[in-house]
Amino acid sequence: MAKDMATTLDMATTELREVNSTLQAAAKSKANEQYVITNARGSHAMACGLDGPLNVVVKGSTGYYCAGMNKEATVTVEGSAGPGVAENMMSGVVTIEGDASQYAGATGHGGLLNIKGNASSRCGISMKGIDIVVHGNIGHMSAFMAQKGNLVVLGDAGDALGDSLYEARLFVRGNVKSLGADCIEKEMRPEHLEILKELLEKAGADAKPEEFKRYGSARKLYNFNIDHADEY
Amino acid sequence: MCGIVGLFLKKDEMRPQLGDLLTDMLITMTDRGPDSAGIAIYGDEAEGSVKITVQSDTPAEAFADLDAAVCAAIDAPVEIKVVDTHAVLTLPEAKEAEAIAFLEEKGLRIMGSGASMEIYKEVGLPKDVAARFGLRAMGGSHGIGHTRMATESAVTTMGAHPFSTADDQCLVHNGSLSNHNQMRRKLAKKGVFTRSENDTEVGAAYISSRIAEGASLGEALEGTLEDLDGFFTFVTGTKNGFGVVRDPIACKPAVMAETEDYVAFASEYRAFADLPGIETARVWEPEPATVYFWER
Amino acid sequence: MDKTPMTEPRQSWTFSNSINSEIRRAADTGIYDIRGGGAKRRVPHFDDLLFLGASMSRYPLEGYREKCDTSVTLGTRFAKKPIELKIPVTIAGMSFGALSGHAKEALGRGASMAGTSTTTGDGGMTEEERGHSEKLVYQYLPSRYGMNPDDLRRADAIEIVVGQGAKPGGGGMLLGQKITERVAGMRDLPVGIDQRSACRHPDWTGPDDLEIKILEIREITNWEKPIYIKVGGARPYYDVALACKAGADVIVLDGMQGGTAATQDVFIEHVGQPTLACIRPAVQALQDLGLHREVQLIVSGGIRTGADVAKALALGADAVAIGTAALVALGDNDPKWESEYNKLGTTTGAYDDWHEGRDPAGITTQDVELMKRLDPEVAGRKLRNYLNVLTLECQTLARACGHNHVHNLEPEDLCALTMEAAAMAQVPLAGTNWYPGKPGF
Repeated sequence: MAKDMATTLDMATTELREVNSTLQAAAKSKANEQYVITNARGSHAMACGLDGPLNVVVKGSTGYYCAGMNKEATVTVEGSAGPGVAENMMSGVVTIEGDASQYAGATGHGGLLNIKGNASSRCGISMKGIDIVVHGNIGHMSAFMAQKGNLVVLGDAGDALGDSLYEARLFVRGNVKSLGADCIEKEMRPEHLEILKELLEKAGADAKPEEFKRYGSARKLYNFNIDHADEY
Repeated sequence: MCGIVGLFLKKDEMRPQLGDLLTDMLITMTDRGPDSAGIAIYGDEAEGSVKITVQSDTPAEAFADLDAAVCAAIDAPVEIKVVDTHAVLTLPEAKEAEAIAFLEEKGLRIMGSGASMEIYKEVGLPKDVAARFGLRAMGGSHGIGHTRMATESAVTTMGAHPFSTADDQCLVHNGSLSNHNQMRRKLAKKGVFTRSENDTEVGAAYISSRIAEGASLGEALEGTLEDLDGFFTFVTGTKNGFGVVRDPIACKPAVMAETEDYVAFASEYRAFADLPGIETARVWEPEPATVYFWER
Repeated sequence: MDKTPMTEPRQSWTFSNSINSEIRRAADTGIYDIRGGGAKRRVPHFDDLLFLGASMSRYPLEGYREKCDTSVTLGTRFAKKPIELKIPVTIAGMSFGALSGHAKEALGRGASMAGTSTTTGDGGMTEEERGHSEKLVYQYLPSRYGMNPDDLRRADAIEIVVGQGAKPGGGGMLLGQKITERVAGMRDLPVGIDQRSACRHPDWTGPDDLEIKILEIREITNWEKPIYIKVGGARPYYDVALACKAGADVIVLDGMQGGTAATQDVFIEHVGQPTLACIRPAVQALQDLGLHREVQLIVSGGIRTGADVAKALALGADAVAIGTAALVALGDNDPKWESEYNKLGTTTGAYDDWHEGRDPAGITTQDVELMKRLDPEVAGRKLRNYLNVLTLECQTLARACGHNHVHNLEPEDLCALTMEAAAMAQVPLAGTNWYPGKPGF
């Protein structure tokens, strides 16, 4: 469907409840429709709980939890996103043209979160299978307790990257200010380069897999050992 | 737990708009703090004089002929501006301490004082608080606002932010300090006393006492990272501008925007939605454990 | 031969045998003691309160004939679809993982027969419990294990867990023994590893953020589901007031006797306030905000009898939740497994190593053979019976005080046996019209 066929919802005149229930119903009907939301003005919980193939473009910046718990839908924010964008996403694609605030992609189970700018602290916290690509930098405590999925960062990472990490894979091209407890640099094997290549392509990122380093869990905290107690 | 806003104008021609812009910012933060609201506004100053903002729950009686009474007590000219439950008294700088002692004795609550700072705060929804003080019409160079969701101290005027513990200095806070009782006792030993049970007032008193001991504002804010425990985003106002600092864990939200015309601070981006030129502003989040300053 | 008289061997009260055994255990293993259950120390409790009953100044209701209603509606503040329970007793959150699938099924069966709800736990929603629970509360926890929008929508209410009585302010560590393939799969974790659970939610901190989180959950679920907020009994006045300000429909307040699947013993025994001490400040907060009965209060932590239920309601709760008592009703710590408890170095009534997964009763385990010991239908009926007894007892006491609904029980129906209970419950010491701290004295 062409872009000019999109339905516009103006948040200056439409209540959040109506915007979301319209989008949720459209997603559920699986009609692959297109929606444009104008006057976002930092509103919270926009386009959350979508469950089906739908294309939503948000003009302007969003508040907390935009595209929360997304399933299948494609949501693009033409601005910056507030805290917890695409939190607990199950599938689909969420793209942020600007920056993302803290907790981007928190606890996400699947799909792709593509952040064109920077992400602040706790990006990918407790992630459970989501793929996150950040074209800029990420803040401190990112991928804290990350369980599954891939976090790709083209820029730098802040303090305590991957603290208390489980099985998520972290790929960083720039500097890492410091690694968190039990997070170590790991060998980049061919299968990792393959995963990275695919993710960079999907995210339209201008970078080569070979430029990245891989970080992962040292797995020393997996079973309690008194000699590692200072890491708790 | 709260919402914070701050606006620092870079251009003098924008000064008349300050109250209007700040009021919209404040009202968007109502959900974060519906209990009370307050604002510190840095407006005009006159050479050699000081402004003392006082509050009374019975303003009609308390403010009637207050200027004459203060004038008689300190033997100096006094001007009074009554704004709802608040009154701003302007008098010679040299008589400030004397005047405050007199006002306190009369049972008035001192909101703050300084060459340019006026503080207005009350219990109620931010839009109502803004309306009763006529915040929209206030001009100035910069201002800080706060909406409060009370955590562990009472919902009262004195529990509302901003807190001022020294001339032209004020502090607003989002978060919850966990060592404020201990710090309050430490400060009291040094002779620094707080007026409420509020954790933020302890933060403000800490900063003022460090400055009184010779620290710069920057050093005092650095000191909060070491000496205050808990979660905080602080915005502190000074005569010349404002400073921002977040605790090292930095869970409480903070966002900043800068254009050629202004620097703005808020707990959420929503507060920026009506600022002129926000579409093209530089918007970013302050880093944890890092002190920021904007001064003229 | 002369025998010098000796004083008899004297044990130290400070360094008791039990304390010394813990010192030896700590020295041996280098890790704090982790266990399940709630506080075992004696704290002032509902036993220290008595009902006054009716005689001349009030008239009792006739049992069996004159109706004494027990129904409770939860979520009347904002939710489009509040939950209607027939009895004021619900089943507290207990995770699949901590409990076997059979145990979850039995809880669902028993609660549904009695007309009340069950609650998921840290580990997601299973078919066993959704299938067998007519009304199911879905917990929203810091770990977000298995959290997904489909389950959110098929829940009857959502309980945001901020804290629990066994460990207000704490996360936890669940040792790896119980993390079987199914449990691990639901939690997106490798099999057999320890689980370190977070103490704060990953994407919000504080009531001002929580308000926005609640908005999101309501938007995802069409504003239908009651939103509960569960807090541990720590600073109940402020915690309840802030939960209301954040937008709660229902508040679950869990005192220090509240159980847990696994956490540090030091946390269980040394953090939080007794359930008895939590209720009045919580109710005061609701009253100060004008929300008592509009935001419902569920109290948990050490509820065992219908008298406990009635006393909690009299102090101002709208309902209670049971966890440990429900497990006992299913067959936990049953004397018939005494020889097996002995093999585990413990005895009936004291077994609390629920995290180790070797529960002889087959309840707190993922071991396929042990699980078979629990017949979910039989255990479900036992729970139903027990819930019915709690309700009948509560009704009996309410009628005796002249009330036609259990919610009409009030603090003035009570007196206290001890100074401690009088102070905590703010009801007069028996035989007096005074309690410590009573204004005007």
